[in-house]
Amino acid sequence: MADSQHPLDAERIEKVFLIITAVMLLTFLGALFYSAFGMGMHLPDREEQIDVREVRDTPPFDEPGVRQVGDNEYEVVLLGYAWAFQPREIRVPAGAKVTFIATTTDVIHGVHIEGTRMNFMLIPGQVARVEGTFREPGEHLMICHEYCGAGHHIMYGRVIVE
Amino acid sequence: MSTPVVASPTGFDLPTAQKRAILSMVCLGFGALFIGIINGLGQALNYASVDILQYFPGMRDYYQGLTVHGVVNAIVFTFAFANGFLALTTSRALARPLNATWLWVVFGLMVAGTLLAGYAMATGQASVLYTFYPPLMAHWSFYLGLALLVVSTWVTTALIFIALRSWRKENQGERIPLLAFISAATYLMWTVASVGIAISVVGLLLPWSLGLIESSDPLLSRTLFWYSGHPIVYFWLLPAYVSWYVMVPRHAGGTLFSDSLTRVVFVMFILLSIPTGFHHQYTDPGIGTGMKALHGALTFGVFFPSMVTAFTVLYALEIGGRRRGGTGLANWFLKLDWKNPALVAQVLAMLTFTLGGITGLINASYNLNQAIHNTAWVPGHFHMTVGSAVTMSFMGIAYWLIPYLTGRQLVGRGMAVLQSWIYFAGVLVMARGLISGGIDGMPRRTNMLEAAYSKPSWELAGMLTGLGGTLMFVGGMLFFAVFAATLFFGKKTDEPMDLPLTTTHHPPKTRGWEVKLDRFRYWLVAMLILIAVAYGPFLVQYLPAAFESPPYQFY
Repeated sequence: MADSQHPLDAERIEKVFLIITAVMLLTFLGALFYSAFGMGMHLPDREEQIDVREVRDTPPFDEPGVRQVGDNEYEVVLLGYAWAFQPREIRVPAGAKVTFIATTTDVIHGVHIEGTRMNFMLIPGQVARVEGTFREPGEHLMICHEYCGAGHHIMYGRVIVE
Repeated sequence: MSTPVVASPTGFDLPTAQKRAILSMVCLGFGALFIGIINGLGQALNYASVDILQYFPGMRDYYQGLTVHGVVNAIVFTFAFANGFLALTTSRALARPLNATWLWVVFGLMVAGTLLAGYAMATGQASVLYTFYPPLMAHWSFYLGLALLVVSTWVTTALIFIALRSWRKENQGERIPLLAFISAATYLMWTVASVGIAISVVGLLLPWSLGLIESSDPLLSRTLFWYSGHPIVYFWLLPAYVSWYVMVPRHAGGTLFSDSLTRVVFVMFILLSIPTGFHHQYTDPGIGTGMKALHGALTFGVFFPSMVTAFTVLYALEIGGRRRGGTGLANWFLKLDWKNPALVAQVLAMLTFTLGGITGLINASYNLNQAIHNTAWVPGHFHMTVGSAVTMSFMGIAYWLIPYLTGRQLVGRGMAVLQSWIYFAGVLVMARGLISGGIDGMPRRTNMLEAAYSKPSWELAGMLTGLGGTLMFVGGMLFFAVFAATLFFGKKTDEPMDLPLTTTHHPPKTRGWEVKLDRFRYWLVAMLILIAVAYGPFLVQYLPAAFESPPYQFY
């Protein structure tokens, strides 16, 4: 439509624009899936289910806490309930492989260890299992980031990387 | 060279009774927004450590206000506006009246739904937020109210498709007028999308709150919520897109690029809006990573029609700007009619939507989501989409819609233009605060003023959130001043008015594959297949649900 009123070759511009868009989206998606399945930055997967009414009697949740399970490997069994985490303070060494095994005893809660990509939901009846490594020593807030009732904003803990 | 987007371009005037019903819906919607924005000010200021919610009559805590804010803005406002606006566009496009009685039924359902949910929220018996995840339990009237609001959209779907069917009978072999096609496409998508929330609310949560069912399955209800909860964002957005495609070119003096491309965009929304819900549940346990990746890829697919939209609106604006004497690469943008409040509001809405779209793509970005999930980033994102792109578009539409429905001239054009700029500046400042705070770990949906933890670096983010929210509030109140003044004091005019309708540069094809675009039945089948692929494997694996989770009322 290159007439005097419309000095634009809109059809060509449209094609180029849409091709760039498609290439861009595919590139982004490729990068994401490479980071996930190539570099191992995984989202929480489907794990076992438990009866939410009997969480505290179901191993490993009968003994929440941090324990060393291997050479440089730690396991954190974490419980969320209105309105606290158990344990409230988690100490792990820098560079260790840390696996969180977590669930809730009541409503939905969330866990975000700020400054990291440790970010997952606690859903009644579902076990969350997330792996990660804290590379630098330091302290992180562990925040319940899903609304869980009137005291939601007092629900938090700390992760201390030594 | 140009073709109309409606069946009867010379004009068709709706019967007065129908205009009244539609006006009532629009007023209900903006009335809800008024309450929502007042609550929003309380939330924004909370981030800046200023507590005004304590002065709100009957307000028990932050979360009660937040529930009201979410429900009235994201459900009542958007549903009421869409029901009225797209009923109108369908009727105008087909040049045939709708059924006035059923229009009033739609309005009545919305009023009843709002009152029921409103009662539960106002009395503090439903502080479960807009997402109402079980096992937090609300009063039964909350769920019943939500159900009626959803049913009001279904009645609108019926109205639209009944009108469309009788038009097609009388006009066999003709293309559906574009404006009717995109209006109907929006409601087709939403009707299938809303089934999830309907099953959860009517089948599980309402009987649960009445004591007929003892327990809930939180992951199942959460999944049903997001089955509807992602496409609902397109149900908010598509009425604005209808305006951007068919009306904004007229305001700008430009033209719509392509009839076929527009239909393709809406068909893509029908197909891809729903099988994307797991990208809200990336961090949920209980859902496999394979299914999450599939939903992630499909979400990237539904970004594509929005990029087509970006092209099309830029085309319309550029043609308009150049016709007004604009030259060069960007000068045409300055030449747009910056005194027309309907255009200003919607062009600014498009600008915030650019940022809203980019941040949305980041949300959808699989493991990158872990960096920002449930942080203040998320409200930062959606205030640039539904909180401004949609809201400002609806305000812009109101600037011609209220005169059209009432026969009164707009009062305070200057203030209407100013209002858009203030709201626009406000949302950018607020989003800057929320986005930066979110990247820094500041949670969303949290009473930060009374939180047991904080970080010094959150302070600036919180201040910007409060400042931006205040500006949005001022912009919003100026809108309501213009709205009310027009409604009650606008000068009556006898001039016949019509919707602002564009012409189309590439007209609808009467032969070839494009004709098949009009077969909604095909798209419905394709849509259901995609949904089965996206949700089937999870449901097969997950069902039968456990229903072991006892209810809690922690508020």
